[in-house]
Amino acid sequence: MLTKRLIACFDVVRGRVTKAQQFQDNIDVAAAEELATRLYDDQIDEIVFYDITASAERRKIDLETVRRVARHVFVPFTVGGGIRSVDDMFDVLKAGAEKISVDSMAVRDPSIIQQGAAAFGRQCIVLSTQVQAVGRRPGLPSGYEVFIDGARKATGLDALDWVRRGEDLGAGEVVVNSIDRDGTASGYDLEITAAVADAVNLPVIASGGAGTVDHVVAGLTAGGAQAAIISSILYSPRFDRNVGVEELKVGLTAAGVAVRPYGAAPSRAGGAASTSERPSD
Amino acid sequence: MIGVIDYRAGNAPSVGYALAHLGLEHRLVRDAPGVRTADQLVLPGVGAAGATLDSLYEADLVDVLTERVLGDRVPFLGICIGLQVLFERSDEGDVECLGWVPGVVRRFPSSLRVPQIGWNTVRPTRAHPVTDGLVDPAHCYFVNSYYCEPAEPDDVLAVTEYSTAFCSVVARQNIVATQFHAEKSGPFGLDLLGRFARWEPRC
Repeated sequence: MLTKRLIACFDVVRGRVTKAQQFQDNIDVAAAEELATRLYDDQIDEIVFYDITASAERRKIDLETVRRVARHVFVPFTVGGGIRSVDDMFDVLKAGAEKISVDSMAVRDPSIIQQGAAAFGRQCIVLSTQVQAVGRRPGLPSGYEVFIDGARKATGLDALDWVRRGEDLGAGEVVVNSIDRDGTASGYDLEITAAVADAVNLPVIASGGAGTVDHVVAGLTAGGAQAAIISSILYSPRFDRNVGVEELKVGLTAAGVAVRPYGAAPSRAGGAASTSERPSD
Repeated sequence: MIGVIDYRAGNAPSVGYALAHLGLEHRLVRDAPGVRTADQLVLPGVGAAGATLDSLYEADLVDVLTERVLGDRVPFLGICIGLQVLFERSDEGDVECLGWVPGVVRRFPSSLRVPQIGWNTVRPTRAHPVTDGLVDPAHCYFVNSYYCEPAEPDDVLAVTEYSTAFCSVVARQNIVATQFHAEKSGPFGLDLLGRFARWEPRC
């Protein structure tokens, strides 16, 4: 059966992973490829990285860092930040990413979703949203508003209207990133995550707030998400203790959530490949 | 030398990185001479069947691929869309495909979350040198809205369930193809790529 996914998320600035709290106060963690390799070795299911200053600095995404990560990571790899055109998407895919995450740019120009899906397929386009509970009011029936530009700018868009539009335009997955919970380790915003999972027929990814194994369990059960983005819990220096993928998988399995089992590896019988093996010719 | 077909909508670099990690000699190939000089061929793929076929026709690769795979019988590995285009027809855009493997490609029912994205279990249905490293079941990474229905049951090498069972690995003579992304399926996927590189089909 299809299992639920744990996705490690990195914010990258000039090739290095940085960790913010509610989109502020960034501290340095490690080189992107070093952390990506470590998490691949720890059997993370998927990796997402955002070049968080590309958009504000009006520059292209850091393709060299994309390549350096892609060379070491043999699980799916999504890249976002500074994507403005189909050509930008093409460059990122050719650098070794599988998927493109679009966020603020998609709000400014929703046709980028359509163009990306037409060029590379729906599965390639991840619609990432920054949402905040602002209370129900006319035009915002869900009570959750979409923000852009690192949570700094309100758009007036209702979160559920926006994700439905994203699905219609051709997005293949939706990330629900709670601004209120980001970096707080207080758990995902289950209300909006579940509402989005009901609103679209696409895989939904919970994001923002995972601080414990139970939070991840809740996001994948009560939150109705197909995948959970985790970051602080894995590697933030602000945490007294970071949690590894094994502990998360054990906890999820114990809670009845089907996941890719930790530690399963190919049988070595019959001369399986090894990294040192060379072709016989 | 493994030739990885590099066309506009494909993800050849990801496959190249995986082969490089395994220490396997390979080259990204974009034209007929590249295809002719490769000893083994990998057709990776993401996106839509129609766009993939268009890219292959535009690059003038279909005839040379057919000649190498069906004529010269070089070992061939299709991945994801690289599996789907091998069949006769795809419901995706109702396009005619290469027709190397009898059967058709269907869409998952709309009652499911589509695309299927994530790690799903792959159960081998018989022994084969390329998939013998997969345990039963092995978890591999899928991204697909469509799945293949081989007309000949012997062409099925493994099955996966997404609401209903579908064929997730195809094997026919010198052709093997995986619906999952072998290059992105962690240790199992790398193992499969290594086995493909050493495979000497008997046909």
